Amino acid sequence: MTCVRTRCIVSLRVYGIYIMTPIQTGSQTVGPFFHYALITGDDQRILATPQARGEHIRIEGSVYDGDGVLIPDAMLEIWQADSAGLFPHPADPRHHEADPEFRGFGRSDTTGAGNRFWFHTVKPGARKNADSTTAAPSINIHVFSRGMLLHALTRLYFSDEPATEQDPVYAALDPVRRRTLLAHRADLPGQPTYRFDIRLQGDGETLFFDP
Amino acid sequence: MLDRSIHPPYLHPPYTSTVKRAPHQPLVPLVYSLAELTGPVYGHESVRAIDNDLTRNAIVNGEAIGERIIVTGRVLDAAGRPVRNALVEVWQANACGRYIHKLDQHDAPLDPNFTGAGRVLTDQNGEYRFTSIKPGAYPWKNHHNAWRPAHIHFSVFGTNFIQRLVTQMYFPGDPLLPLDPIYNGIPSEAGRRRLIADYAHDVTQPLWALGYRFDILLAGRNQTPFE
Ligand SMILES: [Fe+3]
Repeated sequence: MTCVRTRCIVSLRVYGIYIMTPIQTGSQTVGPFFHYALITGDDQRILATPQARGEHIRIEGSVYDGDGVLIPDAMLEIWQADSAGLFPHPADPRHHEADPEFRGFGRSDTTGAGNRFWFHTVKPGARKNADSTTAAPSINIHVFSRGMLLHALTRLYFSDEPATEQDPVYAALDPVRRRTLLAHRADLPGQPTYRFDIRLQGDGETLFFDP
Repeated sequence: MLDRSIHPPYLHPPYTSTVKRAPHQPLVPLVYSLAELTGPVYGHESVRAIDNDLTRNAIVNGEAIGERIIVTGRVLDAAGRPVRNALVEVWQANACGRYIHKLDQHDAPLDPNFTGAGRVLTDQNGEYRFTSIKPGAYPWKNHHNAWRPAHIHFSVFGTNFIQRLVTQMYFPGDPLLPLDPIYNGIPSEAGRRRLIADYAHDVTQPLWALGYRFDILLAGRNQTPFE
């Protein structure tokens, strides 16, 4: 194992051999002043060109603190498959077939109108898991904000998608708490829209995964 | 997996904003699928050559004011292997401790030739490098007479979604570090030490700028296609 300069700790002694464990770089808050570096315009909220395959949808919502107060300085990052369930990343064995009009990653803040984040994307496709179960359409979400020393990880599922209930990750979650992962269809004029609010703490607290 | 002796908890009461923003329910373990083992891929179209020189990327009518610095280091995965084409985004206050952000109310001057934002991709050795101005300390409202130690914010994308890291780099010998609840949110001394850059005389450029080295070790390993 490579030792990163002098920043090692001796963590284990196995059969008389010390195993050096490099120390990870710890997380720190994104703070309140990230916008001019990380939020470079609306393009980051748009994952799909007009030519992208699949159903074009808008996802929007708000982030609330433990008092139910809107958080005006959060940042969300999302990552999802294209409409065929493919990721534009070399770890996906079929990534060469991924939709070139779709990029999978989006970033939004909550500083604008109504303190809502929004994304223009396509509804992700289902995927086959390695054990031949089906992964329902879903979107991974990281939440960053002032007051969060470490980002939070959650996942959006679609309430009107029959595959959601059969998804092995979703099905294994607490039946009450997992409802916080459901986005609900709430179309705006001319725009298929899903609403997904995030509650960091307290009543209706969003289910977060170990990041 | 995140090393929880290194990464901060959500609730850290000395940093008062964590009190209402920390999840209370236990975190649910997630078995990683392709959705976690993939992530955005960046290429040279993502950055311009000048993006990593904060002393020049925002010039309006003169030079950025303050002590010039060069910060370099490697981005590595949990096994110590270089992460290539990692996107590193940085942002910071100016030499007076003032951010250009419209909500920064600190009564200190703005520098018209410095925005304090930059970005760079790591090279084939996982190495990044940028030139900047040493940021000043600044006051904040966490507690009476609270001051943040000088720091540079870092945002790093590894090769997949779960390697994502946002952190802050600090400077050696800063007397404000023991007093800072954000820095001290890192539970272990070894973890805190890792957030302090080393002064690096071999990086220092004669008659121009002081050098610092700051390596970044991500949680999780690179996926095979990158080896
Ligand atoms: Fe800061």
